[in-house]
Amino acid sequence: MKLLKIGMCLLSIFFTETLVFAQSNTQLKIGFMLPYSGTFAALGNAIENGFTLYIKENGGKLAGREIVYIKVDDESDPSKATDNVNKLIKRDNVDVIIGTVHSGVAMAMAKVAKDTGTTLIIPNAGADAITGPMCAKNIFRSSFTNGQPGYAMGEVAAKKNHKTAITLTWKYAAGEESVKGFKDSFEKGGGKVIKDLTLPFPNVEFQALLTEIAAAKPDIVYSFVAGAGAVKLVKDYAAAGLNKTIPLYGPGFLTDGLLEALGDSAKGMLTTLHYADGLNTKRDKEFRLSYAKTFRLQPDVYAVQGYDAAQMLAIGLKASQGDVSRKDDFAKAIRSATIDSPRGPFTISKAHNPIQDFYLREVIGKENKSVGIASKSLADAARGCNM
Amino acid sequence: MDFFTLLIQVLNAVQYGLLLFLVAAGLTLIFGMMGIINLAHGSFYMIGAYLSFGLAPIVGQTIGGGFLVTLVVGLIFAIFLGYLLEWLFYSYLYERDHLQQVLMTYGLILVFEEIRSLLLGDDVHSVAIPDWLSASIQLGDIMTYPTYRLFISGMCLLLAAAMLIVLTKTRLGMMIRAGSVNREMTQSLGVNIQFLYRLVFAAGVAIAAFAGMIAAPVTSVYPGMGQNILIICFVVVVIGGIGSIRGALIASLLIGFVDTFGKVLLPNVAGVLMYVLMATILLWKPSGLFKAGS
Amino acid sequence: MKKSQLFFLLILASILVFLPQISSEYVTDWLTKTMIFAIFALSLELLVGQTGLVCFGQSAFFGIGAYTAVLFSAKVDHTYLGYLLPLAIFAAALYALIVGALSLRTKGVYFIMVTLAFAQMAYYVIHDTPLGGGTDGIYLYSKPIIFGDLVLEGSICIYFFTAISLFLVLGFLGLLSSSRFGRALIGIKINELRMRAMGFETYWYKLAAFVISGAIAGIAGFLFAMKDGFVNPEILSWHVSGTVLMMIILGGLGHLRGAVIGAFTYALLEEIFRSEIIFGSFSKNWHLGLGLTLILSVALLPKGLFGMRDQLLRGLSLDLGNFKKPPKTKL
Repeated sequence: MKLLKIGMCLLSIFFTETLVFAQSNTQLKIGFMLPYSGTFAALGNAIENGFTLYIKENGGKLAGREIVYIKVDDESDPSKATDNVNKLIKRDNVDVIIGTVHSGVAMAMAKVAKDTGTTLIIPNAGADAITGPMCAKNIFRSSFTNGQPGYAMGEVAAKKNHKTAITLTWKYAAGEESVKGFKDSFEKGGGKVIKDLTLPFPNVEFQALLTEIAAAKPDIVYSFVAGAGAVKLVKDYAAAGLNKTIPLYGPGFLTDGLLEALGDSAKGMLTTLHYADGLNTKRDKEFRLSYAKTFRLQPDVYAVQGYDAAQMLAIGLKASQGDVSRKDDFAKAIRSATIDSPRGPFTISKAHNPIQDFYLREVIGKENKSVGIASKSLADAARGCNM
Repeated sequence: MDFFTLLIQVLNAVQYGLLLFLVAAGLTLIFGMMGIINLAHGSFYMIGAYLSFGLAPIVGQTIGGGFLVTLVVGLIFAIFLGYLLEWLFYSYLYERDHLQQVLMTYGLILVFEEIRSLLLGDDVHSVAIPDWLSASIQLGDIMTYPTYRLFISGMCLLLAAAMLIVLTKTRLGMMIRAGSVNREMTQSLGVNIQFLYRLVFAAGVAIAAFAGMIAAPVTSVYPGMGQNILIICFVVVVIGGIGSIRGALIASLLIGFVDTFGKVLLPNVAGVLMYVLMATILLWKPSGLFKAGS
Repeated sequence: MKKSQLFFLLILASILVFLPQISSEYVTDWLTKTMIFAIFALSLELLVGQTGLVCFGQSAFFGIGAYTAVLFSAKVDHTYLGYLLPLAIFAAALYALIVGALSLRTKGVYFIMVTLAFAQMAYYVIHDTPLGGGTDGIYLYSKPIIFGDLVLEGSICIYFFTAISLFLVLGFLGLLSSSRFGRALIGIKINELRMRAMGFETYWYKLAAFVISGAIAGIAGFLFAMKDGFVNPEILSWHVSGTVLMMIILGGLGHLRGAVIGAFTYALLEEIFRSEIIFGSFSKNWHLGLGLTLILSVALLPKGLFGMRDQLLRGLSLDLGNFKKPPKTKL
């Protein structure tokens, strides 16, 4: 009996929590589900910074509604994802969810968002399935699809007449899709991928694999890892002396935001990404100045993606007059808009993924300087999306 | 695979195996001598790694030393921690059955992880290799092998040798070996078993922490690193035979080879191989390869 | 059935029927999740509490049940429940048969380690090979048809389906423990040698317990897949095995009710420790509270919450007849 009483008391804590978060209609609740710890922590922070910067530039309000944030650390762990996003949607009653970095976590989020109809804007995770079979009217992406940067890099590598390549990545959806994107364009351009090396996520013991690469002697290596793992890889690669004979190519995630930590080991590296330093456009210069002033940091691609997620949200809310339940108006507005991003203007595809230019960047000094466009207006394949 | 690649992979396997041995040795000794299944042993490895990350700046500022001084300071800290833990917590576990030990030490893992999170955060950190060890040895035309990894293997061998000498050639070692074979008898012979336990436990913790400290520059410091190595060390201890140092050494090297070459030759099943090996050995020798006390 | 057991079942039933009417979808989902864990805990209780086999690899059967359910669900059309659920149970039970047949040759701490090893094997097969869809997990694209037009989807439907499953499992295990088979298991837990001396072929009894336990864990896994619509390899990790072990200890070993209480207690503790209202910024370190609770509960309440009553009474020196009776498995 005692137990029953205790149980009921404790259960009432839930009710209280639900009540405490009862919304006032003028506030717009935004749920951030981002990695605030672990290997992607810096990325999560950059995304949040970019997003909140845009909101701040607009007086803390969108479509007349004051913005309130609720944060959850997803720990880049897909097994906790469903629970975490359920908490945000069903207990905290957020109106919009922004997240996340890890593709596996984002997949779980997309499923719940699709089932419940909550608006979800993804500021990084590039899992193909999200704008593939999981695509939905209420799910948007302000970043990229995993295959896109890889595809752009493959074209560059083929044009440079490299014939053989070895790929190296973490064994998870993002890695596999990135490598596939590279393979598609590289082999179309006459190259051949002779081996695919993988490591379990987020393991960073690259040593054995680097030895294999040295033994196989390919023309180039294409690698996708991000965050702290990227720092380790690029450093280990240079320490093994491989960067002198076998160039390391990859999507910009290998170097973006990490040049401080990488030091000399990344000198001269070529990467492809939908953002670069030194773009010298008015929009980008304004954004960079504003970001540097507010956060005393240089922005990177993650910050831009967060910023653009806020822009997309603003466009949608303006069209639906602040009402997130008017999903058709919301979606239509974003689909027909050209988003004025610091990366350059872009539009979204029918599957709600950006169609954008990919820059070829070279590490010069402390910047990933753009040295040209690797791929113009690259869209994602969006296989399996029936929208 | 050409000769140099093979050599490098062999060196990698040996280095990994020896590192495992350092952690597993403590585990098997604690288990063999005191009969405690200590699931939190991996946390000591993690503590060591975080120590080398956290102490480096402090040591640099106060004593002005570098890598080696940090190692020594960390080692002293770990011995102290081990002694304290045995006195406050583990001594209560002797009389309990295996299930309770499993659960209490599992709870301890959670506690350690969270304390680490509160004190040092959840980010991934890299630890710098000291300059005098950052060189690489040239092998063949493209390959190089980092000197630091040779340093790791060297240190492990040194510690293993030290352990061997203490265990076989000193009186203390004799008491330890006796205690791991038959506790009551040793006690009845007038040995202060309480002190011996505390010493062995502290040593086990210190060695595991030391392994973490020297491995940190290679593996990076991240949450959960203790738990990965814990499971592997349990496999080592079970294969080698509980309470047997020799068994731990052989099993660690075995696992080192299986894992390293597995990743290279059969990457899809590399993760499973170690467990298949363990299951096979246990089915052939249900108590592990060697008996306690060897 | 004793009065207290009947009472327990009635209270449980009324809470479970009553609560969804008044609570939000979040609470309903939470209850569903907890009931699934209760079924999972019951499966382990059969092994640890009744037979005395400390299995540290229960997550494998749970995970195999869940993954089978997802892998064999059609992508576009609906699959039949009558085909999917037995399939999930069969897969889990099959793996339990293999694991049991091999592990039961070892004893003591080696047994614990071997069961852990087999769970890790299953984990890595799902984690690393294309069989399980990789580290990010796979989606359940369609929910199964129960019969006719009734599909197993929607919070309330899954809730009641899980509740019914929980009661069926409780009933089954209750009948099992009062049967000759169940008594034999208890005898094996108390003194296996004596049972063998009496002519019982203990190996087969233990193996049977293992398979039944695996099958029930498979049911829990199936329900889990249905609820979330998404599975990933982490449900096979040894942390899950540790967690479910924690649940049955919290509730009290040797009682089926203990497993259910333990599951609910664990879930409540998790919510409390994670609650930002109580702990503020420390809520993200909720494992700390959990770890401390586990240590304290094993140290101070070795018989779990269920035994708390007995312990309190003993502490207050109120002697009750119950104490003198030998341990029996109660519902």
